[in-house]
Amino acid sequence: MSKTTFSLGGVHPSDVKIAREKAIEVLPLPQTVYISMAQHLGAPATPCVAVGDQVKAGQVIAEPSGFISAFVHSSVSGTVKSIGARKDLSGKDMTHIEIAVEGDEWVEGVDLSDTLVTDIPQDKAAVLEKIKACGVVGLGGATFPTHVKLNPAPGSKAECLIINAAECEPYLTCDYRIMLEKTKEILVGAAIMQMVLGGCKTVIGVEDNKPEAIAAFKSAIKELGYQGMEVLPLKKKYPQGGEKQLIDAVMKRQVKSGGLPISVGAVVQNVATALAVYEAVQKNKPLVTNTMTVTGDCLPESGLHNYLFRIGMPLSYIAEYAGGIPSDAAKIISGGPMMGKAISNMDACTVKGSSSLLYLSEKTTKRQSEGSCIRCGKCADACPMGLEPFLLNRLYKVSDMDALEQNAVQDCIECGCCLYSCPAFIPLLDYIRQAKGQVMGIMRARAAAAKAAAESKTENK
Amino acid sequence: MDKYLVSPSPHVHSAVSTKTIMRDVIIALIPALLVSVAVYGWAEIMVLLVSVLSCVLVEFVITKYLLKKPSTIGDLSAVVTGILLAMNLPYTTPWWVVFIGALIAIGVAKMTFGGLGQNVFNPALVGRVFLLVSFPAVMTHWEIPQGFFGADAVTGATLLGRVAEGDSASFVENLEVVPTFIMNVGGSAGEVSALALILGFCYLLIRRVIKPWITLSIFATVGLIGMVFHEFIDPAFTGGIFNILSGGLVLGACFMATDYVTSPMSTKGGIIYGIGIGFLVMMIRYFGSYPEGVSFAILIMNMTVPLLNKWCHQKKYGRD
Amino acid sequence: MMTTTIIWTIVILSGLGLLLALVLFFIAKKFKVEEDPRIDEVEAVMPGANCGGCGFAGCRAFADAAVKAPNLDNNYCPVGGNEVMKKVAGILGYEVKEKAPQVAVVRCNGTCENRPRTNVYDGASSCKVKAALYFGDTGCQWGCLGCGDCVAACQFGALSMDPVTGLPVVDESKCTACGSCVKACPKGVIELRNKGPRGMRVFVSCVNRDKGAVARKACIASCIGCGKCVKTCSNEAITVENNLAYIDFAKCKLCKKCVEACPTGSIHAVNFPIIKKKEENNE
Repeated sequence: MSKTTFSLGGVHPSDVKIAREKAIEVLPLPQTVYISMAQHLGAPATPCVAVGDQVKAGQVIAEPSGFISAFVHSSVSGTVKSIGARKDLSGKDMTHIEIAVEGDEWVEGVDLSDTLVTDIPQDKAAVLEKIKACGVVGLGGATFPTHVKLNPAPGSKAECLIINAAECEPYLTCDYRIMLEKTKEILVGAAIMQMVLGGCKTVIGVEDNKPEAIAAFKSAIKELGYQGMEVLPLKKKYPQGGEKQLIDAVMKRQVKSGGLPISVGAVVQNVATALAVYEAVQKNKPLVTNTMTVTGDCLPESGLHNYLFRIGMPLSYIAEYAGGIPSDAAKIISGGPMMGKAISNMDACTVKGSSSLLYLSEKTTKRQSEGSCIRCGKCADACPMGLEPFLLNRLYKVSDMDALEQNAVQDCIECGCCLYSCPAFIPLLDYIRQAKGQVMGIMRARAAAAKAAAESKTENK
Repeated sequence: MDKYLVSPSPHVHSAVSTKTIMRDVIIALIPALLVSVAVYGWAEIMVLLVSVLSCVLVEFVITKYLLKKPSTIGDLSAVVTGILLAMNLPYTTPWWVVFIGALIAIGVAKMTFGGLGQNVFNPALVGRVFLLVSFPAVMTHWEIPQGFFGADAVTGATLLGRVAEGDSASFVENLEVVPTFIMNVGGSAGEVSALALILGFCYLLIRRVIKPWITLSIFATVGLIGMVFHEFIDPAFTGGIFNILSGGLVLGACFMATDYVTSPMSTKGGIIYGIGIGFLVMMIRYFGSYPEGVSFAILIMNMTVPLLNKWCHQKKYGRD
Repeated sequence: MMTTTIIWTIVILSGLGLLLALVLFFIAKKFKVEEDPRIDEVEAVMPGANCGGCGFAGCRAFADAAVKAPNLDNNYCPVGGNEVMKKVAGILGYEVKEKAPQVAVVRCNGTCENRPRTNVYDGASSCKVKAALYFGDTGCQWGCLGCGDCVAACQFGALSMDPVTGLPVVDESKCTACGSCVKACPKGVIELRNKGPRGMRVFVSCVNRDKGAVARKACIASCIGCGKCVKTCSNEAITVENNLAYIDFAKCKLCKKCVEACPTGSIHAVNFPIIKKKEENNE
C-alpha cells in the first residue's frame, strides 16, 4: 500500500487517540440549552422567535443575516426563556437563545430512525436548498456554510470531492467513531455532494493510524456499489486535515495564495459534514446534533467518552455528566490540542462545530519560558505553508508590515506547527497570528480603496 | 487546580528543546572524546575540563553579574562550546591558554553579540583562531602522546604540517587512508578519529538534530577540488580523500559548520555555505601560509550567513 | 630605490584621492536636493526623540510638515511642549496655540487584590495577543491586561509595571504625553489628560462599561455607573455613559467632592497637598 501525504513541512505529534474504542453515547437532555447565534463562519444569525414562544426540536429559531451565514435550529423542545448576550468560550458576548427543555418533541417530517436511505434525489437545486434550510455548516473546524461551498461560482468546475477523514488532531476520536458507526451514512452523504457537484470523482482521505476506518469505508463502498469513489490512506502527519494540505496530499496540486480550493478543482468536506448532509437530505434532520470526544491525558480510562450532543448544551453540564473535571487538569480545551481553543468559561455552550472537551495536565500543556532563538530553522521545516516563522516573528516585532506581506504572513493557516517545534519555546504563532491579522487588514483596506477608486472612475466616465 | 490555564493554540509541544538538542550534540561528541582521551591520556582530560568549566563559568559570570539577567548556562550551549574548543586544541595546551580561549569564545564571540543565537561567528572557532594567532608556538606544537598506551614523547608535526613544509615523503606514506580514517595520532583532540566523529554525526542525523546537506557539500567540494588538482594539475597537490580525512575537516564539517546559529537556515543556503567552506579550505591548504584552513574557512563563511538567509528561502505553498 | 617607491606611492595615492574628491564634489553638486533651510532649523530645536507622538514619522517629518503648513494649528509636538513650539513658531513666523501640558493616566484599579484572577494566562506576554484571544484572566473584560505593551511602547522610560498591583505606573517626570502607550493599549485604558495645576487632577480610574453588579463582581474598585459623582459635582464636569463615569478635565475645578462620594473608590485625586496614605500608591 503506497501512502501519500502533503509535501511541505508538518510535524508528528503523538496521536494519543485514547478514546478510540469508546462507542458513541447519547447525552441526556439538560434542563436548559443556550443556543448561540454565531455557530458558523460569517455573519451571526438573526433570532426569529420571541421570548415565551414554544419551540420544537428542529424548528428554525434564527435566520441567516447575509450570504455567508446559516440557519440555526432549536435542538430541543420547550419554551424560549430569553434572548440576549451570554459569554462564549473565550468570554466574549454573543447573542444566545435560552430554551427551557420540556419533553423531546421534534418538528414534523424529521426521520429519527436508523434506517439507511440510499435513494439519492437528483434535483441539485432542491438538495442545495435543503442543505441550506437544515443549517449545515462545515464541521471540520471552520464551520463555513456548506451550501455555499457546494455551489461554486459559475465557470469553475469541481474535479474532485475530497472527504476529509484525516482527523489529524491528537486525542480527538469523534470523527473516527462516526466513520465506524455511520460508515454508510457518510458515504451516502458523500454521494449526495458528489451528485450536487456534477458527478466528480470522490476521494476519502483517511490517515493510516485508523486502519479500521479505511477497511470499513472500503467494504461499504463495495457494498453500496458506488462508482468514482475511493478511499485513500494517507501517511500520518499533522496538519493533514488542513484543507490546502489535504488537496496537496490527494491531488498533488497547490491552491494559489489567496485562492479557493475550487480554483484547482477541489472541494473538501469533512466526514461529519457528510453525515450532516445525509441527515439533512435523506432524513430531513437539521444540524442540531454532532459528536464530540471527552478526553485528555489526565482522565482515567472510565472518563473517556465519545458523545452525541445537541447544540446549546452547557460545557459544564457535559463535563459533569462525563464524571467531572479531573483534579489534575491544568487546561480545558474545546477542539484538538494543536488548534483548539482554551476554555476560560465552562458556562459556554456547545455549538455546531464543537468537537471535544479536552483536559490536559500541566506537564503536557504548560508553556515553558521563552528562550533565545538558536536559528535552528525547525519552525521553517515544520511550516506546512513553507513560511519562515522565525522571520515573520522578527518582522512583527519591528512592525514591518510590508516585509510581512512579502514573506506571505497572510498565508499562515495557524496550524501551530512552528510553536510546537520551536526548541526555544518562542510563542511564534501568537505573534504571527497578530501579524497576519494586521496584514490582512491592510490588504482588505487596500482592496476596498482600489475598488472604490475603480468605481469612481467608471462613474466619472 | 482551581484556576485553569488559558493560552492561544497550540496547547502541546514537541519533546525537543534547546537543552535536548545540546545534550544530543554532547552525546554525539562522546565517541571522538573517548578516542582522544585514550590516545592522549590525562592531559587531554585536563584540557577538556578546563575548557568546559571556563566556558560555563564565563557565561555564568557575564549573564549574572554583567547583564544581570537569569543565567543561561542551563541550556548546555556553553558546555558544547567548551567541548568543541577543547577538541580544537592540542592536548599539550597549558591550562591558562585554554582559559583565555574560553574567555574569548564565550566572552567575546558569544556574549558581546547578545548570547545564544545572536553570535555571528562560531564561538569555539573564534577562541581557537584567537589562540592560534596569539600563541602560534603552543598551538602548532604537537607531541607524540604518551596516552594510555604509553609511548615515548617525541616532537612531531601533523600530516598537513609536514606536507606544507614540502615533506612529500610523509605524504606518500600517508596515502594509506584507511588507518587515517580510524585513527590519526598527532593533532588536536578532534582530529584523532574521523570514524568516531562520523559516528557521532550519524547519531545527530538519526535524532534529526541536523540535516546532512552542509556536511555533504563540504565533503563533496573538498573531494572534488582535491581530485581535480591532484589528478589533472600537479600530483604534488594532495588528493581529495586525503584532504577530507586529514586535519580538522571532519570535525569542522560535522560539528562546527553545522552549528545552528552560524549556519544558514535553508537547505539551499546550507549547500552554498558548504561549497564555500570546502573551496576556502582547499585554497588555504594549497596556497595559504597556514597548513590548516578549516577554522578560517568556516569563520569566513559565517559572515555570509545573514546574506544567505536573506537570499535563500524555501518553497512556499501555492507560490512560485 | 626604496625612496622612489615611497615617493611614487605617495604621489599615486594623493592623485587618486584628489581625483575621487573631485568626482564626489561634482556628484554632490549635480544631485543636490533643494530643501527649505528652515526644515533643518526647525529640526534642530525639536527634542529629537522621533517618537511619533505628533503623528509624523519622526522629528524631521514633523519639521517638514510644519514648514509646509500654512499655520501651526494641526502640528504640535507634545514632547517639547509649548517651549519648543514657541521656538518653532519663531523660526517660521507663525502663531502658536498654547496647549496645557498633558500626562498619561492609567485608568484601571484592577490590582490583584481588587480584581481577583479567574484563570491563568499562559500565552505570549503581549496585551495584543491576550486581547485577541479572550476577555482576559479576570472577570473584567475592560481593564488592564497587565502584559506591559505600554511599557514596551514608551521610549522615555516613563512606564513600568508594578509587580505588586500588576498595573503600569506612570513616572510623571518622564512622561512626555507622546501618546505611544495610548496607541499600544488594546483596551484603551490609558488616556492623555491635562496635567493640572501643580500636577493636581481628578479622574475616574476605571473603564468598565458593564452594568454595576457585573462590574462590581469583577472588581471591587470598579466604576459601577451609579451616578453619585454626577450629583455631587457642581461644575457639570462628570457624565455617565454606558455605566461609566467620565470627568471632563476642562470643567473640573478639582473640588474632590466626587472622590468622597464614590462608593467604590474608583475616582482618584492625585498630587493634592493633603496627604492621604492611600494616594501614594494610586499613581
